[in-house]
Amino acid sequence: MADRAQPLIARAPGRAAAGLVLALVAAALAAVVWRAEPGRGMGPSDWAAVRFTVVQALWSAAISVALAVPLARALARRRFAGRNVLVSLLGAPFILPALVAVLGLLAVFGRGGWISAALNHVGLGPLEIYGLHGVVLAHVFFNLPLATRLLLQGWQSIPAERFRLAAQLGFAPADTFRLLERPMLARAVPGALAIVFALCLTSFAVALTLGGGPHATTVELAIYQAFRFDFDLGRAAVLSCLQIAVAGAAGFVALRLTGTEGFGTGLGRATRRWDAPGGALAVLDAVVIAGAVSFLALPLLAVVASGLPGVPGLPAQVWRAAAVSVGVALLSTLLMLALALPMACTAAAAVARAPGGTGANTGGGAIELAGLLGLVASPLVIGTGLFIWLNPVVRPADVALGVTALVNAVMALPFALRILVPRACEIATDHARLALMLNMAGWHFLRRVMLPRMRPRIGFAAGLTAALSMGDLGVVTLFADPSRGTLPLEMYRLMGAYRMDAAAAAGLVLLALALALFWALDRWGRGDAEA
Amino acid sequence: MLRLERARFCNGGFLLDADLTVETGRIVALIGPSGAGKSTLADGIAGFVPLVAGRVLWHGRDIGAASPGARPVAMVFQDGNLFGHLDVAANVGLGLRPDLRLSAAERARRDAAIARVGLSDMAARRPAALSGGQQSRAALARVLVQDRGLIVLDEPFAALGPALRGEMLDLVAGIAAETGATVLMVTHAPQDARRIADQIILVTGGRAESPRATADLLDAPPAALRAYLGD
Repeated sequence: MADRAQPLIARAPGRAAAGLVLALVAAALAAVVWRAEPGRGMGPSDWAAVRFTVVQALWSAAISVALAVPLARALARRRFAGRNVLVSLLGAPFILPALVAVLGLLAVFGRGGWISAALNHVGLGPLEIYGLHGVVLAHVFFNLPLATRLLLQGWQSIPAERFRLAAQLGFAPADTFRLLERPMLARAVPGALAIVFALCLTSFAVALTLGGGPHATTVELAIYQAFRFDFDLGRAAVLSCLQIAVAGAAGFVALRLTGTEGFGTGLGRATRRWDAPGGALAVLDAVVIAGAVSFLALPLLAVVASGLPGVPGLPAQVWRAAAVSVGVALLSTLLMLALALPMACTAAAAVARAPGGTGANTGGGAIELAGLLGLVASPLVIGTGLFIWLNPVVRPADVALGVTALVNAVMALPFALRILVPRACEIATDHARLALMLNMAGWHFLRRVMLPRMRPRIGFAAGLTAALSMGDLGVVTLFADPSRGTLPLEMYRLMGAYRMDAAAAAGLVLLALALALFWALDRWGRGDAEA
Repeated sequence: MLRLERARFCNGGFLLDADLTVETGRIVALIGPSGAGKSTLADGIAGFVPLVAGRVLWHGRDIGAASPGARPVAMVFQDGNLFGHLDVAANVGLGLRPDLRLSAAERARRDAAIARVGLSDMAARRPAALSGGQQSRAALARVLVQDRGLIVLDEPFAALGPALRGEMLDLVAGIAAETGATVLMVTHAPQDARRIADQIILVTGGRAESPRATADLLDAPPAALRAYLGD
C-alpha cells in the first residue's frame, strides 16, 4: 500500500473550479425557473418560436452535412497545392465573429448584393435573404466547414491499408464507396448532423440579424425580445426553460453520437490513395472544392472590400468599443484558463494515480458535466438568470462587461477542455513515474512539467476563447447600455441604423482583432519549441 | 542490505512473491522469461506497485509503505527518463531538488555528475538533440546526483546497440563503485549479467529466487533458466 502523502496532482482546485461553474449555471437556471410563472403557459408565438428553431436547425444540419459529404470526399482523395492550408482554414469559421459573416453574406446574397446585381442584369428580381432561408444559409456557411472536418476525420479513420487492398482488388469508385466509405459515413454522419443541429439551436446573432418577425423567430431570439422590448422577465424565463429542454436534449444526443474533437489541430495528413479516379470524377471533385471555397471566401472578401475604405473614417466610438472588446476577450480568456486548467489537471490526476495503468480519459462526473453545461445552457438563458439575480443588487449596465466575460468563459469551456484534458492526461501518463521517483509532486510538477508541456495547447485554447469572446454578440445585448458596449454590439447598432459601410468597416476591425488575438495567443503557445 | 521478507507485490491481477536478501554494494541482475515478473519486482521495490503482504526492509528500516520519492531508490525506466522540455542540466538538477532551486554547491555537484558521464558540452541541450546513448548518460548523471543507496534499472539500455550497451553497463558499474550503491538491473541478456553483475536473481512464474553468483548460475543453469536461455 504505497502511501501517497503528497499526490502528484492535487484534485481539489479542479473540483472547486467545476463546482463554481456548476453553481453559476445552477443559480442562473434556478432563477429562471423561479421567475417562470407556471400557470402562465405558452402562447401560440412561443410554439411558433420552438417550431422555427427546430425547423431551421434541421435544415441547417441536413444541408451542411449533405454538402460536406462530397467536399470531404474530394479533400480526402485529392492532393493539391494548398490542400493543407484549406483544411486548416476549414477550422476558421469557428472563430469568425457571426456578425462579420452575416455582413459578408448580405453583401453577396442580399437584396443589394452581388448576386442580386447580376440577376438584375438579366432581368430577374433580387434575392430575398431575410427569413428561414437566410438563417439556414448563414448556418450552412458556419457549419459546412465543421461538418467537413468531422467527416474528413471519418475518412482518415479508414486505414490506408484498406485503400491499398481496394486498389489491389481493382475496386471501382462505386465499390470503394459501397464497401469502405458508406459504412464509415453511416457511423460519422449522425454525429455530424447532431452537432450541427445542436449548435444551430442556440445560435443567436444569425437569427437576430437575418431572422425576426413572427415566422422567423428562434427561442433564443424570443428570449432577447421578451427581455429587451417588453422587459417581460416571466416570459423570458418560460422561454429559457423551453430552450434548456430543447438544447439539452439535442446536446445530450450530440454527445452520445460523437466522441471526436473536430475543433482540434491535425487533419493535415492525407492518406495515400490509389483509387483517386480521373476523368469526370476528378472534374467533379475540382468543381466541389472550387464551389465550396467560393461560397466560404466570397462573403469574407466582400467584408474586406466594402469595409476597408471606411476604416480610417470610423467614429471614435467604434474604436472605444474595440478596446472594450479586447479587454473583455482577455478577461474572458483569463477566467477560462482559471477554470479549465485546474479541471484538466484534476482529470489528469486520475491517470497519475495509477502510474503505468490506463486511466480513464475523463476527470470524473463533475468536470465532465461542467464542460457540457456550456454546450447545453445557452448564453441568453444564463444571462437572463444572472440578470434576475443581479438586477435588484446592482445596475445591470455596470456589470455588463464582467458578466459577458464570465459567460463567454463558461461557453468556451467545453471546447477548451476538449483541447486541454487529453494532453494533460498524456503528460501525466508519460511522466508520473519519473516525477514520483524524483519526489516532484504537487506544485513543482505543475510548474516544471505540466504547464510547460501543455503550453501549446494552452495557447490554442486561449486563442480560441479570446476570438470567440471577441466576436460574441450574446449576453452583452441583455446587459449593456447600447452606447457603451462591445464591438459586435456597436456593429449591430450600425447595421440597425443601415450604415452598412461603417458596419463593414467595424466588422473588418472586429475580424482583424479576433484573428490577431487568436494568432498571438496560439503563437505564444508555440513559442517555446516543443521537444 | 535489501531484504524482501515474504513480500508479495500485486501488479493489476498479477502477483509476484519474493523472499530474499541482497547484500549492500552488490550488482544483481534480474533474469527470467517475459511476463515472469522481473519488472513487477523492480517496480515493487521502487514503490510503483503496491506491496500486499510481507515487508520490504532497507538496512532494517521498513520502506514497504513509503511513496516512490521517499524510498532510497533511484530508478531508470525503459523510456521516458528525461523531461523533453528541460535541458540536460535541469534534468540532472531535478535529482538534487525537485524545485530546481540549486545552491552553488548543488550546482557544482550537478556539473560534476554531467562531466562524469561525459556530457559537459551538452548540458544546455534538450533530450531531443541527444543520441540514445547520450540520453542514457544524462539519466545516469541524475542517478549519480540522486545518491540513493539502491539503483534500479528496468532495461533502460534495451534499445542501444551491443557496444553502446556495454559502455553504459560499465558506466553503471563505475557509478555504483564510486557511490557504494547496490544495483538491481532487469535484463534479457545473459551477457549483460556476465559483464557487470555479481549475482543473478532468477524470476520465473511469479516467484523471485534468492540471488546466486552469476558465473555459477549461467554455467550450470537450472531447468527453468535453461528453457529461457534456449541452450
